[in-house]
Amino acid sequence: MITKIEIGVKPGLPQSQSATVKKHIYDLGIKSIKAIDHFKVFYFDGELSHDDIRRICESLLIEPITEHYTIDAPLKDEDESIWNVEIAYNSGVMDPVVASTMKGIHDLGFSGEIHVKTAQKYHITGALSTDDKKLIVDKVLMNGLIQHAIQPDEKIFADPTPYQYKRVEVDLLDANDDQLMEISRTGQLFLNVDEMKTIQAYFKKLGRKPTDIELETLAQTWSEHCSHKTFRGRINFNGEIIDNLLKTTVMRVTRELDKPWCISVFKDNAGVITFDDEHDVCFKVETHNHPSALEPYGGANTGIGGVIRDPLGTGLGAKPIVNTDVFCFGRPDFPRAELPPGTLHPRRVFIGVHAGVRDYGNRMGIPTVNGAIFFDDRYVGNPLVFCGNVGLLPKGMTEKKVKKGDKVVVVGGRTGRDGIHGATFSSGELTSESETVSSGAVQIGDPITEKKMTDVILQARDRGLYTAITDCGAGGLSSAIGEICESTGAIVDLEKVPLKYKGLSYTEIWISEAQERMVLIVPPENEQTVIDLFTSENVEATVVAEVSDTKRLQLRYHGDSVADIDMEFLHNGVPQLIRDAIWTPPALQESSFPEPTDLTSDLKQILSSLNVCSKEWVIRQYDHEVQGGSVLKPLVGIENDGPGDAAVVRPVLGSNKAIIISNGINPKYGYIDTYHMAASAIDEAIRQVIAVGGTLDKVALLDNFCWGNTDKPDRLGTLVRASQACYDIAKVYETPFISGKDSLNNEFQVNGESVAIPPTLLISAMAIMDDASKAISMDVKQSGNSIYIVGDTKNEMGGSHYFDIHNYTSNRVPQVDAPNAKKWMQTLSKATSDGLVASCHDCSEGGLSVAVAEMAFAGGKGISLELQSVPNSEKLNRNDQLLFSESNSRFIVEVAPVNVTKFETLMQDIPCACIGKVRADDKFEVIGLNGKKIIHASIAELKEAWQAPLRW
Amino acid sequence: MATVKTLVLRTAGSNCDGETVHAFEAVGSKVDLLHINRVVEGQAHLEEYQILAIPGGFTYGDDIAAGKIFANELKYKLTDQLQAFFDAGKLIIGICNGFQVMVKAGLLPAVTLQNAEQQVTLTNNDSGKFEDRWVHVKPVSKKCVFTQGIEQPIYVPVAHAEGKFIPRNDDVLNELKANDQIVFQYVTESGEPADYPGNPNGSVENIAGICDPTGRMFGLMPHPERHFHPTHHPQWTRLGLKEEGDGVIVFRNAVEYFR
Repeated sequence: MITKIEIGVKPGLPQSQSATVKKHIYDLGIKSIKAIDHFKVFYFDGELSHDDIRRICESLLIEPITEHYTIDAPLKDEDESIWNVEIAYNSGVMDPVVASTMKGIHDLGFSGEIHVKTAQKYHITGALSTDDKKLIVDKVLMNGLIQHAIQPDEKIFADPTPYQYKRVEVDLLDANDDQLMEISRTGQLFLNVDEMKTIQAYFKKLGRKPTDIELETLAQTWSEHCSHKTFRGRINFNGEIIDNLLKTTVMRVTRELDKPWCISVFKDNAGVITFDDEHDVCFKVETHNHPSALEPYGGANTGIGGVIRDPLGTGLGAKPIVNTDVFCFGRPDFPRAELPPGTLHPRRVFIGVHAGVRDYGNRMGIPTVNGAIFFDDRYVGNPLVFCGNVGLLPKGMTEKKVKKGDKVVVVGGRTGRDGIHGATFSSGELTSESETVSSGAVQIGDPITEKKMTDVILQARDRGLYTAITDCGAGGLSSAIGEICESTGAIVDLEKVPLKYKGLSYTEIWISEAQERMVLIVPPENEQTVIDLFTSENVEATVVAEVSDTKRLQLRYHGDSVADIDMEFLHNGVPQLIRDAIWTPPALQESSFPEPTDLTSDLKQILSSLNVCSKEWVIRQYDHEVQGGSVLKPLVGIENDGPGDAAVVRPVLGSNKAIIISNGINPKYGYIDTYHMAASAIDEAIRQVIAVGGTLDKVALLDNFCWGNTDKPDRLGTLVRASQACYDIAKVYETPFISGKDSLNNEFQVNGESVAIPPTLLISAMAIMDDASKAISMDVKQSGNSIYIVGDTKNEMGGSHYFDIHNYTSNRVPQVDAPNAKKWMQTLSKATSDGLVASCHDCSEGGLSVAVAEMAFAGGKGISLELQSVPNSEKLNRNDQLLFSESNSRFIVEVAPVNVTKFETLMQDIPCACIGKVRADDKFEVIGLNGKKIIHASIAELKEAWQAPLRW
Repeated sequence: MATVKTLVLRTAGSNCDGETVHAFEAVGSKVDLLHINRVVEGQAHLEEYQILAIPGGFTYGDDIAAGKIFANELKYKLTDQLQAFFDAGKLIIGICNGFQVMVKAGLLPAVTLQNAEQQVTLTNNDSGKFEDRWVHVKPVSKKCVFTQGIEQPIYVPVAHAEGKFIPRNDDVLNELKANDQIVFQYVTESGEPADYPGNPNGSVENIAGICDPTGRMFGLMPHPERHFHPTHHPQWTRLGLKEEGDGVIVFRNAVEYFR
């Protein structure tokens, strides 16, 4: 019998959910809503009496002081004036509330078969047209990919269609090129004709047709997402042949630097470096772009959930300790009329992505300590969501061992039909049809399943119960088991995999990207202990395969062989791509204009620009202090709201040793030259490390390339340029790359034309700091202190915010003079460690003026500046260039009078000069080269300009 | 000195357990961190401990109401052990989600594990969102074991979406006052009652934490374990490093109580 429960907030108490929905509807432009009531709905199916239901409601589902409920009756009167709409998840979509509810019901002593489904019900009053209603449902109340509005005659608990086993073979042995491509396309394999021919040849040699699951396994393993074909291919770059871009740039610099503190690089799920005598730390950043474009909440949710499993699957499993997130979106006020078909509005993407990351990270209890958001309308159809995680790993646990006879154990969540074709889907371009074609790629995460799985994995690790671990990410079990048993072989019994519901085919089981699963390699003697340990904390663990020594991947379904392919072919059979790349130097017009006499409004305008303004609304909703290691928080200063540089975290409580986490990203420079964009991103990430008191001694970098379709020579040319900069700059700074990731094909079809995202490189840095108590924050501390600038200011206005607000262009993109900058940074680090620095801020977007203004209002004190003494090798004669140029490798430093002599002596051989003083009042003033005041404002005005835009 | 044993009790979704263990260890307690299943199964017993701590987190995702499922586990599966623990004069602290658990399990505002009506709750913040921010809280109760010796407001972070304290009715509130059970109130830096964001969730009477009539059961929304190390203070780079964080005394008081 089906019972329906409605739960609502008692009259007179605030309805936060209704208020949020009302606001979102208003933002859509529909202003006729009078009232909204929101109700939580639970459906139960099972042998439950009315009293049972009442007990479940009162003991479990409702909050007795704030909520009331009804059974099988509307909680609030319904009449014609009320529009009544109820939203539920589509069948097969993960609903985390169901699992918790079932657990709660069982705890109350109920057993027997009980099914639960949840929904959200809204009563909406106000004059609304049919179109308005459709808009509200589609744009606010649900996402049609994962949810639907319940229809009056709908069967709430639909029986899943049972699966009838049939071994499927694909007839491609005699197919011609066109037919091969047809097979690739209809099967959503995203394989090109060379790859299809290679597969055809392989099976011709075996003398049999491939099965569907074999093709899926190959497609997934050979996908751009999993095998990085572009980076590992051959490239003809302006006539020069590059064999494997990855090996000749980012990996090469690491090999040549050969730092002893790099423990495991580019081979495991995350890069590993030494932390202290007892621990290593590892770091990984990944993207989840296409899923986030279609379903922002679920896409970002599973993005962060997925990257957490990378450190967890590194070595023998690292404890996740820090999250970092960087997003690229279209402007939140992008005109709705101009939105390309099939895209969600950037504001909705922003809110959804942020909520997804927030809810998963907060529930996992991992602090989100650092991040960035970059807005540009070229991300409207294809937003970028970078999620990063740092893990802490006991020393000596970086090596995995897999041997014949070991058991392959899947732990964590169950397998469902979610995330089918994620890896291949993410390797193709988005189209306005992507929503329908690829909806299986969209998923919702379940952080508590991941959390409890993590808790047990770390115990099993410390008891030495398994010898290898990896995550189920893109490609699911196919990727996880295929990779971890690459050198041995494995025999998998697919029917043993625990399923969320009936009806999955053997192929779906194998390639499902259902979240919150890990794979362990367990010696047979530990099998029962492992299963018992997981069971003891209500986590499922199931043996699904055995390691062999055949170097073959053998899949069975109830004993019937459905796949049998060589590991060697699977992992190394993909034909190397050969591609052309071209690059032509930029030829933007050099804007020429007279210098304004007053630059106050320019400064305010830059502070208010989306890419500079305060992100406090975003940051506050992340728990950035859980796990108790926070040293420098993302918001700093006298009112805890100034923009901190890098984050500093002590991962081992009781020790003062810390890690520094920072990032660098600036796609604006890439419009001019991706070489200098990449160089600047590295410089920015490292600058932040130095600004908080770190040194260049132990800085590890991660690269994340998000590009357009690199089949197109111009897109590939910019990728080559950026990679070359990674080598050049990291080599000089002696900062090795330890891991990375690329996401190509970030393009979106509009009216048949493919629009690429701007080439986007995120550089993430992790550094080790011996003594956290020497960290420096960016807020000014004391009136009377001197303000210095370190570094050389040049006429590098290309891509600057100053040029941006005026729509000026220039080819003079900021470059990095790495050999000199290295010396400046090392000297500044010495000053910091000698205790000479009161505050220090990285000089980046918006230039000197923005950096100093931020320091002033973060510290709650005014500053006077004089531009006369700003060191500049080009002898600049314009105030706007000195104030707003975004030249790299510069820092603003505050020094107390008592330390001035020592500081100046230390800095005497590098470009460094005193340019101002911290004031006792709240005035911010800049005296220009001509001795006249060119900026004057109160710090309150500047702070308001900076805080207002995203104060949601 | 007598050994004081603390049990930090976790379940699926507990996530401040590590720093809570660290806090109790740093003030000299021996600490065990156990999953509730171990106690339910009888592999461990509450009677072996003097202090029980229920750490922060999102137990079971707070998918129903915050802390509800964990609260039911305590209430229905450990009823007798908890009653005996209380009757033996021992201490329980619930922080953040642990506070939510305590009020829903019938451990606060008084120990009433047997089917009593819930008297107070912690519900959605007025701001409608999860917020991580630092707040000043003023000590009020003279009887709470955990806050003895705290004379001035302390500075501690909150990080929650459901922290708005509401009593069932005015009688409950008056009783809390009459019994001196209000332990902490959100205040401004100078100690005056704070509005948002100083009162980060809109709590009635700015209540941030309460104890039971004995002063031995204590729940609070702010995280004393996150202002433990001197570098936790968000402005330590401005104000210099303190000897110890403002939250240390809460844990030390608990351990000292048994010495």
